[in-house]
Amino acid sequence: MHELMQEAPATSAVPRKRGRAIVVTSGKGEVGNTTTTANTGAALGATGASVVLVDADVGLRNLDIVLGLEARVRHHVLDVLEGHVTLDDALVTDKRVPTMRLLAAAQTREKDDVDTAAFRDLISALRDRFDYVLIDCPAGIEKGFANAIAGADEAIIVCTPEVAAVRDADRVVGLLGDGRSVQLIVNRLRPELVRRGKMLSVEDVNGILRLPLLGVIEDAPDVIVSTNRGEPVALDPASPVGESYRQIAQRITGTLTGVPEIPRARSFFEKLFGGRK
Amino acid sequence: MFEFIQRFFGKPASSATAKERLRLVLLSDHLSLAPDVVESLKHDLLEVISRYCEVDVANCDVTFEQREKQVAMLANIPILSMRSRPAPPPPPAREPDPPQAAAPRPRRKRRKNLAGSTTAPAT
Repeated sequence: MHELMQEAPATSAVPRKRGRAIVVTSGKGEVGNTTTTANTGAALGATGASVVLVDADVGLRNLDIVLGLEARVRHHVLDVLEGHVTLDDALVTDKRVPTMRLLAAAQTREKDDVDTAAFRDLISALRDRFDYVLIDCPAGIEKGFANAIAGADEAIIVCTPEVAAVRDADRVVGLLGDGRSVQLIVNRLRPELVRRGKMLSVEDVNGILRLPLLGVIEDAPDVIVSTNRGEPVALDPASPVGESYRQIAQRITGTLTGVPEIPRARSFFEKLFGGRK
Repeated sequence: MFEFIQRFFGKPASSATAKERLRLVLLSDHLSLAPDVVESLKHDLLEVISRYCEVDVANCDVTFEQREKQVAMLANIPILSMRSRPAPPPPPAREPDPPQAAAPRPRRKRRKNLAGSTTAPAT
């Protein structure tokens, strides 16, 4: 870690930044945590802000896949923490988003191999160099979670409209404590099911969690297709879901304010009489 | 509208079921995660009852149970005898009992909404 501390001023002749460290977390797995991190990060980068995405899911590395950068990863976070390579060696660049970097997780190691204090120092060092440090938190509330939240002063909770996901999100919010700003992204909403009373609504979910709503992402095929291709949907100007991610990025940077729009399905009568969406 | 029709046929929308299940499971979670609050509740409960009856404090048991449609507080408080005249409520400044004196505040304020329709106010 001493190298990191010395390295930061050397590489940035300009005064140090003090970027924002935001952990993206959900407790439960399979709610789209990594996809949300990747797309929010890509959208932030596309605004021109400098952003680094840190995969804290040591042992189950996925963020590189979702971003389509898996072939470019040479070193990982533990290489840096253990002093094998410098931070610059480990940061993966992305041609599509020149201001974005990825710090991949180690695939062949375990979460217990990561020292929480060292990880916190790493995040702190990254904050000196980037406007935004986005940390992809693994599922669960064990060591990996503790590591991921250690250096973050803000959190984004990713929750799907399901009982188990809301329960776990509630638990995670409790564990994050009072010292962090916490916001909510409701992921994989299906407005048509909500209209038919077959899915919890955003209001139902946030009636429980009571967090500032950062955005709502519809469950759309675009996301699956883009993940298949390794092209973040946030970078697809034609995709409505991509637009939702871009708006999330704008809310984070502060260029967009007000309550996020919640996608709604039109009822039979609205369809019949051409009511607006 | 749809919900109305479904209710008409006697089957609630599954989202309503999900919402109710969520409310109950979180209430249980919050109770089990806040033993200090439960302990404080038990203490206050016994204090009030003791004004009217002599209570077998050593054998008191206060638990919470998640049932089909509600979370219930079950209090088993053996009564030894009735007091002939109810003791007056304690003065505002409570006698010094440091561990309990500072009633632990609920872990998070927004939990309050969950206590809505329970048998006993739990948070």
